[in-house]
Amino acid sequence: MSVTEERVSLPAPAYDLNRAWQLHPQVALRDESFGALAYHYGTRRLLFLKSRTLVGLVSALEEFDSANAAIDALIDEPERPQYRRALARLAGSEVISER
Amino acid sequence: MSVDMLPLKERFTHGLDAPICLTWELTYACNLACVHCLSSSGRRDPMELTSAEACTVVDELAAMKVFYVNIGGGEPMMRPDFFDLVGYAVDQKVGVKFSTNGTRLTAEAARRLASMDYVDVQVSIDGALASTNDAVRGEGSFAAARQAMDNLASAGFGQFKISVVVTRENVTQLDRFTEIADTYGAQLRLTRFRPSGRGVDSWEALHPTGAQQRMLYRWLLDRPDVLTGDSFFHLSALGQPLDGLNLCGAGRVVCLIDPVGDVYACPFVIDDEFLAGNVRDAGGFAHVWRQSDLFRSLREPQSAGACASCGSYDACQGGCMAAKFFTGLPLDGPDPECVYGHGETALAALPEGAPRQTAIGHSKVDRSGRPLPVPTPVRFRSTASV
Repeated sequence: MSVTEERVSLPAPAYDLNRAWQLHPQVALRDESFGALAYHYGTRRLLFLKSRTLVGLVSALEEFDSANAAIDALIDEPERPQYRRALARLAGSEVISER
Repeated sequence: MSVDMLPLKERFTHGLDAPICLTWELTYACNLACVHCLSSSGRRDPMELTSAEACTVVDELAAMKVFYVNIGGGEPMMRPDFFDLVGYAVDQKVGVKFSTNGTRLTAEAARRLASMDYVDVQVSIDGALASTNDAVRGEGSFAAARQAMDNLASAGFGQFKISVVVTRENVTQLDRFTEIADTYGAQLRLTRFRPSGRGVDSWEALHPTGAQQRMLYRWLLDRPDVLTGDSFFHLSALGQPLDGLNLCGAGRVVCLIDPVGDVYACPFVIDDEFLAGNVRDAGGFAHVWRQSDLFRSLREPQSAGACASCGSYDACQGGCMAAKFFTGLPLDGPDPECVYGHGETALAALPEGAPRQTAIGHSKVDRSGRPLPVPTPVRFRSTASV
C-alpha cells in the first residue's frame, strides 16, 4: 500500500544561501521521532526531514536575514556543508522558499 | 552519519505517530459490483458513520496532522453528504484524494470539485477498451468513467488520475492506458490485483501470470512517472527496486477506516483478524493507531519465516500480507505472486478449499439472501441531481 504517491524531486537548481528563506507557506511539518514529515499542499509531495537538527534549522529560517546566517548560528562548523546541501534539496522540492 | 542517510525505512517499520497514508471508505454502498471489489461493496451498512461522526473523525485527523486521506468505498459519491464531508476535510487542511467509478461525477459535480483546493480525483477503469473494462466492472461502466473524465476536463479540474487494477486481461493494454491518460493530461496509476473481498473469487482467473508480472516490472521501471501506490513491491525482488519504500506499511504507516468506523491494519484486509478497533471507541482513532495490540504487534520485528533463506527477502520483504492471507498462505511465507515461484509452490501444497472467505461483505443479494451475480450493469441516476 502506498506510503507516498509522490516522486523524489530532482536536485535543486543553484540558489542563493545569502538570501532570506522560510518554510514554504504551503508546507506543513509533522514532527516524528526521526525528524519530521513535510507535506506540500501545492505539489502534493510528501518529504522527509531526516534529523531533528534539520527540522530546527528549517523552522528557524524565517528568524534570520539569510539561510547562511541561520546555519552559522545553529549548526556546528564541521557539519555546515551537509546542511547547506540539505537546504538546497529542500529548496528544489519547494519545502522552503525565498521570502 | 549524513543528515539524509539515516535508516528511514527501519523507522517506518516501527510505526509513526500518525499514518502517512490513510484510506477511509465512506460507504459500502455502490452502484457497481466489480468482480475484484476488495471491500465486497454493494449495500450501505446501517451502522455507517453519521455526518457528525465523520466530521469528528476529520477533526481527529487534523489534530494528528494527517495531511491527506484517500477516500474510497463503495462509491463515496453515493453518500448524500459527500461534498459536505470533503469540504469539511479540506477546510481543516486534511487534503482529500478520492477514488470514484465516475457514475456520479456529473458536469456539475466536476465544476464543484474544480473549485475546491486540496482535492484529487481518481477515476477507475480496468480496461482500456469497454469490453475489457465492462467484463470486470459491469456493462456501461467504461462509458460512465470516460464521461466523468470528460466532465473533469471540461470543468478545468486540472490533472486527475486514472486508476487501473492490473489484471491478466488488461496488462496487455498498458500503452493504451497511457494514451487515454495523455489525452486528458491525466496521471496513470496502476495498482496490484489483490485477492481481497470479491477478489478472493476472481483472483485465480484474473491475476497476472508470472511472465506478465515480469513484463509489468520492466514497463514500470521505464516509466517512473506512472504512479503505483507502492503496490508492486513484490516485483522488486527481480532486481532494481521500483520507486517507493518497498515495504508493507500495514499498521505502521498505513491503515483503513471502514464505513462503520472499524480500523483495519490495511485497506486490503477487511477481516476480523486485522481489526484493531473502532473510531467510536473511547480515545477515538488516535488511541487505536497508537495503542491497539494489533498495531503494536505489527510494529515489532517480523519473521522472514520460509523466506529467510532467500537472497531477495530484503528487496521484497516477503510481499503483501493481504495477498498471503486471502490465498490461505502463512503470513511469514512467500507472496502468492513471488517472482521466483515460491508462492505457486506453496499454493499447490495447500489443502483444497484453503482460500479464505471473509465473513464481512456487503455484496448485493436477492430476496432470499443469495449474492447477486457480478458484474451487473450500471444503473445511471439522472444527471440533474448531484
